[in-house]
Amino acid sequence: MDVVVQIIVTTILASTPLILAATGELVVERSGVLNLGVEGMMLIGAVCAFVVTMETGSGTLGVFAGMIGGVVISLVFAVLTLVTLANQVATGLALTIFGIGCSALIGVNHVGRAYSGLPKLDIPGISDIPVLGPILFRHDPLVYVGVAMVAAVWWFLYRTKAGLVLRAVGESHDAAHAIGYPVVAIRFAAVAFGGAMSGLAGAHLSLAYTPMWQEQMSAGRGWIALALVVFATWRPWRVLLGAYVFGAMRMLELHGQSALSLNIPSQLFTMLPYVATIVVLVIISRDAMRVRASAPACLGQPFHPRG
Amino acid sequence: MIRLERRPAPSRFWSYMTPVLAVALTVVAGALLFWALGYPAGAALYQFFVTPVETGYMRAELLVKATPLVLIGVGLAIGFRAGVWNIGAEGQLLMGALGGGAVALAFWNEDVPGLIVLMMLAGAASGAAYAAIPALLKTRFNVNEILSSLMLTYVAGLIISIMIYGPLRDPQGYGFPQSRIFHPAATLSPILEGTRLHFGAVIALVAAGLAWLAMARSLFGFQVKVVGQAPQAARYAGFSQPRMVWIGMLLGGALAGLAGVIEVAGPVRQLNDSISPGYGFTAIIVAFLGRLHPVGVAIAGVVIAMSYIGGENAQIMVGMPLAVTGVFQGMLLFFLLGSDLLIRYRIRLRKPGVAARPAAEPVPAVAEPRVESA
Amino acid sequence: MTAAATRTPLLQLSGITKRYPGCLANDSVDLTVMPGEIHALLGENGAGKSTLVKTIYGVVQADAGEIRWRGEPITIASPNAARRLGIGMVFQHFSLFEGLTVLDNVALGLPGRSANRALAKEILEISRNYGLPLDPQREVHTLSVGERQRIEIVRCLLQDPQLLIMDEPTSVLTPQEVGELFRTLRTLSAEGRAILYISHKLQEIRDLCETATILRMGRVVANCDPRRETTSSLAQMMLGGELAPPGVAGDPSTAPPVLTIRGLSLASADRFGIDLEDIALDIRPGEVLGVAGVAGNGQIELLRALSGETVSDRPDAILFQGEPIGHLGPRARRARGLAVVPEERLGHAAVPAMSLVENALLTGYGPKRLLSAGMIRTGETRRYAESIVADFDVRTAGVGAAASSLSGGNLQKFVVGREILQEPKVLIASQPTWGVDAGAAGAIRRALRALAGRGTAVVVISQDLDELMEISDRIAVINVGRLSEPRPTRSVTVEEIGLLMGGVHGADAAPELVEAAQ
Repeated sequence: MDVVVQIIVTTILASTPLILAATGELVVERSGVLNLGVEGMMLIGAVCAFVVTMETGSGTLGVFAGMIGGVVISLVFAVLTLVTLANQVATGLALTIFGIGCSALIGVNHVGRAYSGLPKLDIPGISDIPVLGPILFRHDPLVYVGVAMVAAVWWFLYRTKAGLVLRAVGESHDAAHAIGYPVVAIRFAAVAFGGAMSGLAGAHLSLAYTPMWQEQMSAGRGWIALALVVFATWRPWRVLLGAYVFGAMRMLELHGQSALSLNIPSQLFTMLPYVATIVVLVIISRDAMRVRASAPACLGQPFHPRG
Repeated sequence: MIRLERRPAPSRFWSYMTPVLAVALTVVAGALLFWALGYPAGAALYQFFVTPVETGYMRAELLVKATPLVLIGVGLAIGFRAGVWNIGAEGQLLMGALGGGAVALAFWNEDVPGLIVLMMLAGAASGAAYAAIPALLKTRFNVNEILSSLMLTYVAGLIISIMIYGPLRDPQGYGFPQSRIFHPAATLSPILEGTRLHFGAVIALVAAGLAWLAMARSLFGFQVKVVGQAPQAARYAGFSQPRMVWIGMLLGGALAGLAGVIEVAGPVRQLNDSISPGYGFTAIIVAFLGRLHPVGVAIAGVVIAMSYIGGENAQIMVGMPLAVTGVFQGMLLFFLLGSDLLIRYRIRLRKPGVAARPAAEPVPAVAEPRVESA
Repeated sequence: MTAAATRTPLLQLSGITKRYPGCLANDSVDLTVMPGEIHALLGENGAGKSTLVKTIYGVVQADAGEIRWRGEPITIASPNAARRLGIGMVFQHFSLFEGLTVLDNVALGLPGRSANRALAKEILEISRNYGLPLDPQREVHTLSVGERQRIEIVRCLLQDPQLLIMDEPTSVLTPQEVGELFRTLRTLSAEGRAILYISHKLQEIRDLCETATILRMGRVVANCDPRRETTSSLAQMMLGGELAPPGVAGDPSTAPPVLTIRGLSLASADRFGIDLEDIALDIRPGEVLGVAGVAGNGQIELLRALSGETVSDRPDAILFQGEPIGHLGPRARRARGLAVVPEERLGHAAVPAMSLVENALLTGYGPKRLLSAGMIRTGETRRYAESIVADFDVRTAGVGAAASSLSGGNLQKFVVGREILQEPKVLIASQPTWGVDAGAAGAIRRALRALAGRGTAVVVISQDLDELMEISDRIAVINVGRLSEPRPTRSVTVEEIGLLMGGVHGADAAPELVEAAQ
């Protein structure tokens, strides 16, 4: 029983950065922008969160610093792709390369320092309920923020006018522009939101999941988050589902070897999420019509108002 | 008011000038960065941009670093031109190193003539085979090659790790995760006395030359450009897109694999966990900085190699963290992408008046060439 | 009509001037629209109609001139400002979101409104009152072109506009839908709403409008009451006396067909495309075969099926001189002598950023033997491009100029010339004169005719019925992916073609039917 609980708790914990980053990227892509720099934004978020937390002693300030770091660097992307109309794929790659270098530079004096981790929820009585307590009521706050953000983004996209406008901009920027919506401003906002969410995801990594700073500690999670958005066919609740599947992969990595007590190189377990990502992409993408039908029609296309 | 005005045709002048402009902006921004970090900006810039070309040894070292960058960059540039976003060159490099290294280790204590050629063939084949996975997934299952090639890079790192902790570990290596040192027959010896410059640099130069010939003069190069710029026109002309995906991927993979084997046969001389300091990723910057043009890539490879050596120098001489190199490279790419605007658009400071050329034809409202997902 | 009550013009433009780099789109244009009036804005492609209405709708700001609304001078800074004034616009293109529902689309066009049940009710109400049937929950991509236009109209009407601008509303409709639209517009006019109706279709304007302002080369050349004009007097004003020469249709060729199509059915690869169903056609040497039809009825798919961009799994669906080629790609078909001019010049027929030399190579590499051992023969290629430019009077700075730097007409002459100089046995051209100035259009039609005269089989797919009547020997009609039996142009009437184009009623040239629909 304890093992099962432990596995579920680990899964939830490991899936949180993916949920946060993928939910943010989902909004970005729904607005028609493909930001491949999630990995870079996550790292910037992680290092900013960790450094500020270590310097101020406040995890809350750290979390906000992570978000701000993500926003700032995402705005570089926004200016390049939305104002100077640079290729979104190339700029996203640049963002990742820059994020890796920049985070390493910022965090150079903090490698190896340890942090106690964000405080966990602890409601006397409720958090102590067997099984349900640890699974539902004993996490760090960002775990709950992640789930709440999925719900909030769903509500925003499908139940508000602003969300409808954002989807419309991603569907056809020319039509949205013709009606009079500020396409570039809306996309700026979406990209900044994506930056904040990736920053938050990074903060969760460096403050809660493994409370420390290490170069390139996101280990491809930013890219997996991108794959998750495709897996979710751009629908928020499916992001949650997909993230738990990947969280479970991580759990296998941690517990698999000991639980199965097999003589298998540990690297094979570490490989699992990456291989799983490819497998999932194959399953989703093979129906080209479906992917095309659910992807925002203007995804990745530059917009330059004419007239 | 600043206005963007689309040029009727891309500017040739700016397509050559923007990389220069981007390098210049990076130097300025770099100086500001050093100053902000509290390092003497002058001394740091000196380490970055002067010391790498000061002595013969350093210049040779520059070419040693540029070799894998140019090799990979040339392959990526051709792929990018065709709209094939292979960003898993790092993984293909590692698999090339593994393939070539495995051949070397099979004859670790034998003097096999021509072994190095065999290693290179094995390395290029391994890299190409690894790149064939995203190509197959793309053409058969429509899987985005960016994500699949990148995921495979992480997998490749882990495969190398399994090998050097397991089957290929040096039995006399005190348990360190590294292979035996290669037999001299399996290494590239220096071609310049007193330096580490090896024959790989020549191979890179030849690769760039051949690529230039193919891109500028052959139907193949023309197909690559048409497929990348106007997929619909490519179909109309009878140029197959899936075929380009295959060629772009396999070529990129083979050259990355070759770069990998050249690294292990040249400077590294064994398999370990630090074969490449991210050459596969940096080569993306090299490709863009070189305007996706083989000759440009060769020049850009040397410029970027400077940032590696400069970074190492700055670490030793000024005590700057090595991570500065990555920041430099990222900034350079940012500046380049930003200034590329000048190629396709004019910047007007006021509202445009009457056209400057009265006799000019009416300029059509040019539609952005849509990249169809079909 | 009801306009007599108030004599203050609803909208009055004076001296509107708008320059674009390299062209003067509007040159001191005056326009007066009275309340309740159906006012035509008539002109050829490129006459400046679109720029003028964009100015009225606040999309474009004029460089000079004055706009008065109900007598008051105003500036219209944005489409939002225009809508607040009571100006609505139904665009020809680009203002619907394919992946969203009708309700979403309407809500997006209405500031402050959400896609909720109340709005859905209002949509249903309007659609009942004005004869515009619509289901609010349907996704737009499942709708016909006519239904999509209704969304735009309903969206405008929900804002209670005093002026409704309609940009080429019938170019995408079947004759039957045109009749329905006219009924709706007359109802609106009777309510006192003014309509600014943009078109280049003369008969239609004579049927519907009370006043017409005619534009040519950015200038107002006439104001008139179209009901008192004849089609040809209107055409004269619009074209400036440059009427097209009479038709040259000859006797249909009886030579054995060079291209035979039998039972060609293809599912469209596009998300919103049209499937081709059981296409059958014989194309003979020396004839021009016209394919008429309303846009979006499978023309694009037909062109791709013939060019080899989409291949059939049945080789014998297409026979070229008896040889099955249905399974062959563009390269192999071209090698046999089948050349194609696609509709979209930039990005399909030509690579925009590439030079004319490279664009000559694009399709000429095989037929013109521009390669040797896989390498490009640069001298030959340049000479080929130069010969196209010289023979077809392409105005360009030189063959090194990028395709995108040429005007539409000149690029089209280049593309058509490139294909013709390859001396094809079959040439298939889609909308060869679409968006091309009158001079170039005439030159292209003459060139196609001359090519047929030399024994090539020519297929012209066009929306411009007048063009087809002028140059084709036989005409077939494509409608929802099906192609009608071709008929000799000499013995076919426009009414018959109209019937085939999908309507139950006749075409625009049958005003009594449209009138009868009132």
